[in-house]
Amino acid sequence: MSEPAPLFSPLKPATTEPRLWTGTSFVPDPWHTIADAEPFPIGGQAIVSLTRWRAEQPALAALGAPVGVVVQSSEALDFDTDDVNRLAVIALVFPKFTDGRAYSTARRLRESGYAGEIRATGDVLLDQLPLMLRAGFTTFEIVNAATIHALEVAPLPAVSRVYQSGVETAVRGWRSRRAGIEATRQ
Amino acid sequence: MYRYDEFDHGFVTERARQFRGQVTRRLAGDLTEEQFKPLRLQNGLYLQLHAYMLRIAIPYGVLSSRQLRQLAMIARRWDRGFGHFTTRQNIQFNWIKLEDTPDILDALAEVEMHAIQTSGNCIRNVTADPYAGVAMDEIEDPRVWAEVLRQWSTIHPEFTFLPRKFKVAITGAAEDRAAILFHDIGLKIVKGPEGATGFRVYVGGGKGRTPYVAQEIARFVPRARLLSYLEAVMRVYNLHGRRDNIYKARIKILVNALGIDEFRRQVEAEWATLDAPSIDLPDEEFQRIAAYFAPRKLKPRPQKDTSIEARRTTDPLFARWLRTNVLPHRVPGYAIVNISFKEPGKVPGDATAEQMEAVAALAEQYGHDEIRVSYQQNLVLPTVAVADLARIYDALIKQRLETANTELITDIIACPGLDYCNLANARSIPIAQEIAKRFADPARAEVIGPLRLNISGCINACGHHHAGNIGILGVDKKGTEHYQITLGGSPKDDAEVGDIIGPSFTADAVPDAIEKIVETYLSLRRDASETFVVAYRRLGKVPFRTALYGPEPTRRADREAAHV
Repeated sequence: MSEPAPLFSPLKPATTEPRLWTGTSFVPDPWHTIADAEPFPIGGQAIVSLTRWRAEQPALAALGAPVGVVVQSSEALDFDTDDVNRLAVIALVFPKFTDGRAYSTARRLRESGYAGEIRATGDVLLDQLPLMLRAGFTTFEIVNAATIHALEVAPLPAVSRVYQSGVETAVRGWRSRRAGIEATRQ
Repeated sequence: MYRYDEFDHGFVTERARQFRGQVTRRLAGDLTEEQFKPLRLQNGLYLQLHAYMLRIAIPYGVLSSRQLRQLAMIARRWDRGFGHFTTRQNIQFNWIKLEDTPDILDALAEVEMHAIQTSGNCIRNVTADPYAGVAMDEIEDPRVWAEVLRQWSTIHPEFTFLPRKFKVAITGAAEDRAAILFHDIGLKIVKGPEGATGFRVYVGGGKGRTPYVAQEIARFVPRARLLSYLEAVMRVYNLHGRRDNIYKARIKILVNALGIDEFRRQVEAEWATLDAPSIDLPDEEFQRIAAYFAPRKLKPRPQKDTSIEARRTTDPLFARWLRTNVLPHRVPGYAIVNISFKEPGKVPGDATAEQMEAVAALAEQYGHDEIRVSYQQNLVLPTVAVADLARIYDALIKQRLETANTELITDIIACPGLDYCNLANARSIPIAQEIAKRFADPARAEVIGPLRLNISGCINACGHHHAGNIGILGVDKKGTEHYQITLGGSPKDDAEVGDIIGPSFTADAVPDAIEKIVETYLSLRRDASETFVVAYRRLGKVPFRTALYGPEPTRRADREAAHV
């Protein structure tokens, strides 16, 4: 059986300029990603590759400017040597939305006590946002036009019931579940 | 059985609403098929050869009469009047329209059911011993933990986009009736050092093109720590499982690439660092769930019933059905009844709406409203009074569900094959039908004794051919359907992957080949108590190969076998 044709073909282009979403609204992105060969800007606010961070860590840290790092899904952060707590933003790449490694990396970061911005970048789509929020992501660099449009016209539907602990929930996991039931009964 | 509370109801309703929105967006073109595919798969919706197939989760195979009636309703209203029970204790509907699926999910939510995670690269519906809670050899009821795992794995924020699908099975009994050693994770409830129960954990079992029997990764995980332990296993797999090749993406490949010891070391390192207290199940939540599965208070009954004994002596068919399909219950005076959906000539595991309704009525009237789906694609009434067995049997006859063949050669597991599936190389159903017809004489099947015969239409092995005592695999050989035969596999505690016995056969030659294998077994077994698989393991391949292909030196084509 061939794939069913949609009743209406998409009017919007599939991808567009990246927009930064914070979980509630779109904001201007104060960060920019720089290539390894580019000089690090004086005021910082630049996101560099993990390779560059590892190579230039002392020098970059000495600048005293905010630094971010982008981590590919095939790369693993080393919590002992990568000094993640000096990073203001850690951007985790979804090369395809079906590559779920960044969910584990985000949770590991939160479990290690990292409190900075964890950014989802790459193939970031509407239906995965609730999972990303629960895994500890705080910002989302989105290029998918349909996703941007959906978030502009309506807030992301709240996930009010979850079975597991997620880093975003104030009360965790099984306890929040019971708390939810108590609330319904009152 | 477990009953949804407000929370579970709300959860499932919310998910059904979410999927309705996704279908709308797909039809409007806001989602491409590529983007929609994982979403529909996580709601059980496959695109097959002719139509969509919807796979509905039957958590650990447990159904109430009301739920089974609703499945019958869905079969009538949105399919062609029947459904298909699967080896993972689910039900599939093969003729579904995409635009009907939101309504079907609503109908399921009404009866505390859903299709969440019945496909996709996520943790699938957890399966369990179909005799859970009633088996004589049980240490502890695995349904409690199967339900805990259902909740834990449902829309898990970290493990919804794994490298590949992930299957968990659990048993609490001495005998493995859930094929746990052929699962990504197999759990066996065991008694620990101080008498407390916990889990023996096996990892990396699987079928497909590289079949493996699971290996023990943990001898004993205390039950209070199970969820964090599993989360550590899942995380190591999620981060390190291969994503470059779909055929090498299952956890079995990772486990075998690293070796079980290194894999265990990584899991234990992860287990030591993750936030276990927020993951592990608090005891009060365990107790809350366990209360739903408290053993039924059954009125003691005499073990033997005079009217049943009388019927047994005068009605040999009834007597045979009692021998093959009815098992002792842990409470005297009660029994476990296997209802066979394997009438020779029919599609294994298919059930009509009328049959589902009839079984629902029997469960209501005689079976404490409880039905199970088994790994063998049959239904089970887990608790009926011995005194009611004749009435149940007579009712089953009216639905042609009285086939006396539980665990016998005609109790065939078969995948849908090329008749439905776009992955298949060959048809499975007609092969199953021809073999079943060949062995349709129930007296002969009973003489042959326990023999699992499994058929897969392609190397993906949905028909579990590797785990069959006799396995049949459909292969494409220069454009024609051929069938490769394996012997000696088993899904139980003696789990093994079957041996390829020799060159493949054309479809019309398969029944004769099976006949020769069975005749060889019958002529060489020590006595009737030596089952097929035990005899095969004692005798080895040679007598079976000789029966199939003639004396050893004449077998030229053998070298081809490995390349089929």
